Amino acid sequence: MLKTRMSGNEAVAHAIRQINPDVMPAFPITPSTEIPQFVASMIANGEIDTEFIPVESEHSSMSAAIGSSAAGARTLTATSSCGLAFMWEVLYVAASSRLPIAMAVVNRGLTGPLNINAEHSDSMGARDSGWLQIYAENNQEVYDNFLQAYRIAEHPDVKLPIMICQDGFITSHAVENITLWDDDKMKKFVGEYEPRHYLLKEDEVMAVGPYAGSPYCMEAKKAQAEAMKRAKQVILDVAKEFEEITGQSYGFFEGYRLDDAEYAVVAIGSVCGTAKDAVDAMRERGLRAGLLKIRVFRPFPAQEIASALKNCRAIAIMDRSEGYNAVGGPLGAEVTAALYRAGAQAKVVNIMYGLSGRDVRVKDMEKIYDNLVKLGDGEQVYSETCPYVGLRE
Amino acid sequence: MVQKTFNYKELQNRPERLAPGHRMCAGCGGTIAVRNVLKALHPGDKAVVGNATGCLEVSSYMYPYTAYEDSYIHNAFENAGATLSGVETAYHALKKRGKIKDNYKFITFGGDGGTYDIGMQSLSGAMERGHDLVYVCYDNGAYMNTGIQRSSATPQFADTTTTPSGTQSDGKPQGRKDLAAIMAAHNIPYVAQTTFIGNMKDLYVKSDRAIYTPGPAFLNIMAPCPRGWKYDAPDIIEICKLGVETCYWPLFEVAEGRWLLNYEPKKKLPIEDFLKKQGRFKHLFKPGSEDLIAAFQAEVDRRWEELLTRCNA
Repeated sequence: MLKTRMSGNEAVAHAIRQINPDVMPAFPITPSTEIPQFVASMIANGEIDTEFIPVESEHSSMSAAIGSSAAGARTLTATSSCGLAFMWEVLYVAASSRLPIAMAVVNRGLTGPLNINAEHSDSMGARDSGWLQIYAENNQEVYDNFLQAYRIAEHPDVKLPIMICQDGFITSHAVENITLWDDDKMKKFVGEYEPRHYLLKEDEVMAVGPYAGSPYCMEAKKAQAEAMKRAKQVILDVAKEFEEITGQSYGFFEGYRLDDAEYAVVAIGSVCGTAKDAVDAMRERGLRAGLLKIRVFRPFPAQEIASALKNCRAIAIMDRSEGYNAVGGPLGAEVTAALYRAGAQAKVVNIMYGLSGRDVRVKDMEKIYDNLVKLGDGEQVYSETCPYVGLRE
Repeated sequence: MVQKTFNYKELQNRPERLAPGHRMCAGCGGTIAVRNVLKALHPGDKAVVGNATGCLEVSSYMYPYTAYEDSYIHNAFENAGATLSGVETAYHALKKRGKIKDNYKFITFGGDGGTYDIGMQSLSGAMERGHDLVYVCYDNGAYMNTGIQRSSATPQFADTTTTPSGTQSDGKPQGRKDLAAIMAAHNIPYVAQTTFIGNMKDLYVKSDRAIYTPGPAFLNIMAPCPRGWKYDAPDIIEICKLGVETCYWPLFEVAEGRWLLNYEPKKKLPIEDFLKKQGRFKHLFKPGSEDLIAAFQAEVDRRWEELLTRCNA
């Protein structure tokens, strides 16, 4: 165990060093570029012997990852924003071919206008592609999540690719304190990849990527959907084992002062650090404020989220990704649906924040909690269905 | 090791790697290409076969049936090059770590749509990075799987569903992209252009060289399509022969940067001989279209002279 300091990208690279995967195709894109750079330099210095493929695009990066994973190699890549969008077609191929590829996603907004800063529109755009998605608040979490990635993705009950997401620059480039776990313990925890079937298996041949007509295709999709459901238990089991080694506790989400909360914010990623400060300030003022920080977005723990929020009077669901559907963002839609299915009576508002890296301050979050009190009292606080915070007047 | 001699009997006795029962059309050039390229694999050598989306893919691996005796991967339309580079790299990674023992060859097939056009970037990247694989383009000169739309491999004046001939149209306005030359410009160890001639010697020899030369190799195989070219299926071999004898489709190879012409017709036949067998050029034989045939001939001549210059340099 080593207490040190590093950025989120360095933390992911450190996890990759400990895992020493077989193959990494990658193409640079801000702010994830550092990850393949760190890997290339670790290979150049003999720290790991991963085969690096310097592909000519992200589409080829994911395509090569699919070939590599199908061939039987533990495979990873990294990307952001437009890079992830460029992979979109083949993300579905990776998931439906049941290939446990790990991808470090450093969240950045999709272009329009061009911008390089934190936003979740990239991975949210891929939310229905069949990939597992795990998000982090800080460098420690993205490191720990990456160490757990292959255990979840490669599990025989799952066999699905996985995105390990962190916020661009805010997490990927900011240097913060971190605890690194011992190499031998992590190598043992992650273990060797031993797929049952692969292209290069000695005593069998295999065909990957068929044309499947209507009599067969729907069954394949159902099987894939079931694997996503089974991933829930695997994620919890892997987290428990990780906790036994490291003492770090992970679940589908983190509830911060949520147990007795009447007013809750639901959010993903680095904004949760800011929200926690606001929760503490509101609690000082005697308000029962809480936070639900989503870690696992795919599979979506709908019932568990609804259950954790069941005592709340008012809830603000924070989206860092516009849905452009005239009512809000993806997190807003999914959490609201989860609450409705559970019969919740809480007042709900979907809030848009932090687009294209717009900063969110503690006082912005405090204002949201103040408004939640009014909302809970039945007051018409917001004139819009999905109000923006931090927008210039 | 590259085979030095050509033994037709021995080749014919090699086991088939493309099983019968696939759903390709009768008289399909793509199938002939795949079957014969795979026959060039030495018996006992293992292979992973790749495939871009296209006629070949949807007709040879239709779940739950596969026509491939070897391991096979199809990913998408535009990424056969990248996909196989991933497979090939995984092979080296697993071999290095002692996880696999066998030796493998890597061969991927794409039509001209998946190769000249949508898959060009992926192909270029795979060639430039130097993966030890063979990319085979079965060039039938249009997007046949979606119903005969023009590609950058479609010859000028061809009638396709997106360049139909009509009162205001002579067919495709543009000429063919010279993909073999573009691949040669990647400075890879081996590039060759071939088609189905005689007893397939040219195809076998080039496939053997492509597979057993270390590093990336590219084969461009003219593979006529009876639906798109509109010919009587048994005429395919005659059409291929005329393609070569008119110098429309010259047989050449570029090995380690050296251009070599493999066959020079004793008497170059006029391009009409090649065109008139194909319904897609029918409009060129209407009275008053003589200038179009002359233009076609001039372009064939220009490209042939350019090739001779390269080969004699």
